[in-house]
Amino acid sequence: MSAAPAAGQVPDAAGHFGRFGGRFVPEALVAALDELDAAYRKAMGDEDFLAEFDALLREYAGTPSMLYEARRFSAQVGARVLLKREDLNHTGAHKVRNVLGQALLTKRMGKRRVIAETGAGQHGVATATAAALFDLECVVYMGQVDTERQALNVARMRMLGATVVPVTTGSRTLKDAMNEAMRDWVANVDDTHYLIGTAAGPHPFPEMVRDFVRGIGVEARQQCLDLTGTLPDAVAACVGGGSNALGIFHAFVPDAGVRLYGFEAGGEGVGTGRHAASITGGSSGVLHGTRTYVLQDADGQTIESHSISAGLDYPGVGPEHAWLHDTGRATYLPVDDADAMAAFELLCRTEGVIPAIESAHALAGARAIAPRLAEELGREPLIVVNLSGRGDKDVHTAGAYFGILDKE
Amino acid sequence: MSRIGVAFDKARADGRAVLVGCMPAGFPTVEGSIAAMKAMVEAGVDVIEVEIPYSDPVMDGPVIQKASDIALAGGVRVADALRVVEAVAATGASVVTMTYWNPIEQYGVDAFARDMAAAGGTGLVTPDLIPDEAAEWLAASDAHGLDRTFLVSPSSTDARLRMTAEHCRGFVYATAIMGVTGARAQTSEAAPVLVSRLREVTDIPVGVGLGVGTGAQAATVAGYADAVIVGSALVRCVLDAPDQAAGLTALRKLSADLAEGVRNPAR
Repeated sequence: MSAAPAAGQVPDAAGHFGRFGGRFVPEALVAALDELDAAYRKAMGDEDFLAEFDALLREYAGTPSMLYEARRFSAQVGARVLLKREDLNHTGAHKVRNVLGQALLTKRMGKRRVIAETGAGQHGVATATAAALFDLECVVYMGQVDTERQALNVARMRMLGATVVPVTTGSRTLKDAMNEAMRDWVANVDDTHYLIGTAAGPHPFPEMVRDFVRGIGVEARQQCLDLTGTLPDAVAACVGGGSNALGIFHAFVPDAGVRLYGFEAGGEGVGTGRHAASITGGSSGVLHGTRTYVLQDADGQTIESHSISAGLDYPGVGPEHAWLHDTGRATYLPVDDADAMAAFELLCRTEGVIPAIESAHALAGARAIAPRLAEELGREPLIVVNLSGRGDKDVHTAGAYFGILDKE
Repeated sequence: MSRIGVAFDKARADGRAVLVGCMPAGFPTVEGSIAAMKAMVEAGVDVIEVEIPYSDPVMDGPVIQKASDIALAGGVRVADALRVVEAVAATGASVVTMTYWNPIEQYGVDAFARDMAAAGGTGLVTPDLIPDEAAEWLAASDAHGLDRTFLVSPSSTDARLRMTAEHCRGFVYATAIMGVTGARAQTSEAAPVLVSRLREVTDIPVGVGLGVGTGAQAATVAGYADAVIVGSALVRCVLDAPDQAAGLTALRKLSADLAEGVRNPAR
């Protein structure tokens, strides 16, 4: 392979990020993917679309989100930590950015129905929200296991007018919800847009989702300069499918001095086999329409992932992360459940902010790299952490984990 | 030169369509799947399509999903599927395999082509591999003399129909409906249109699948296609049977109905 192009130049026209990405889909979907690709490229060059998207992000979603200096957390961690407060967006996470972008495109393509997959329910809630706003029919596929552990989000989606379909095939979690959404799309592609929730799936989804969320990094970069007069030493984010991480990384990729860290869900430990760390503990393969790092056995059968965080509990990762890993531009490390929950508790107690358990992986990762960075730099490191979501949805899980729920 | 061409030549000489019957390897067990496929051959199925089970089969409906889950829970490996191919090919029937791309990529594309050719398989149907991404498979199938069947769909543009057919060898698989595998009450209105669009751009034989499950439907499809591909309806015979003997009896009966259908094309 020739020298890797700059990140701004990937993927190529067929959606390849180096050896990753592409389209591994039934032919029946190719026409819809081509239609989407054309609509997306046209929209990205259309001032009216960009203005409408921008207005929605500001007036409806509440962005730009703040960059907040977490002083008491910083003191405990040994780094100057700035939190990108995506948790304060409408619907409680970065995901609203992607959903609003795709919902606008859905309208432009003249489709009247959106479908989505969801794990924890956050993407499902965001999609149901946009569907209500744009008057679209909405069907959300959710693994039966997840509908049980995230009953509150199921109720939220229904409240917003969406139909939630519990998926009972396979492992009955996020990957099976994605399979079922793909099957629906193959059958209903004429009037339906599949609103994929992360920077994964077949081309153009990884590129398009990245572009809809990359405002996170654009904002954070400027906010950091405004606040500190300098760029950060490191940017940290959690990685499941990887949209929040790409969202905050992308604007920093050309800044060679800014280290990019993606923290995968180490579950009970990568060595135990019970984890969701596709880059650290997986291998190259094809899953859900794209070539990327996958948790799989020797026969290419997908291995079930494990994480205390439903939003990171996915056995693949977006292909651009696979490429950033291979080129060495970003570093991916696992954070296990226990370290993530310790960071979750630390942020609650030092800052009065309850993070999503997903985002707690990024906080724990920042905590882990801070001493190394301090030694390398000979000074206190400056780290921007993407606080990608709020923890309201996780209070039950965390309460059970810490044993603080009253006995019923 | 196409390996499966023999089956098409023979059927054409008889003035009928080829009957392709699909069954997952290892369902309900490796031996059980071999017995099922042999019963299908004896009852008149010309080509056995051995599906290698995969954990995330996005083109398959509930019946084949369930059969694949049973096979995988039983521990079936790709190597077992190749053993099934060998056992069925030994009966003299033509055998193609069908699977999603990841199991082949992990087995090794060239190694898979080599081992399938050695087992007597004629080629591979790839539901989630389009020619655009198939460089490695094109090379391996050429090197080992295997057929290649890509899918086309009612939503395919004329340009893609032509491009896809050009990359096929043996036959092209036309999906009769927009959707996943599974028997339907009605035959598709989109399928004959798709087949006639294909005829405009290619001379390669056309197989039609998705939603075909009865002798009468097979006769209808045989009226315009070169091959009739049946999957879920056959799998259901085994899935719904109380024991193996009952399953084989049901399989033989349906296979015979379908075989009669392809011999009496509705024109």
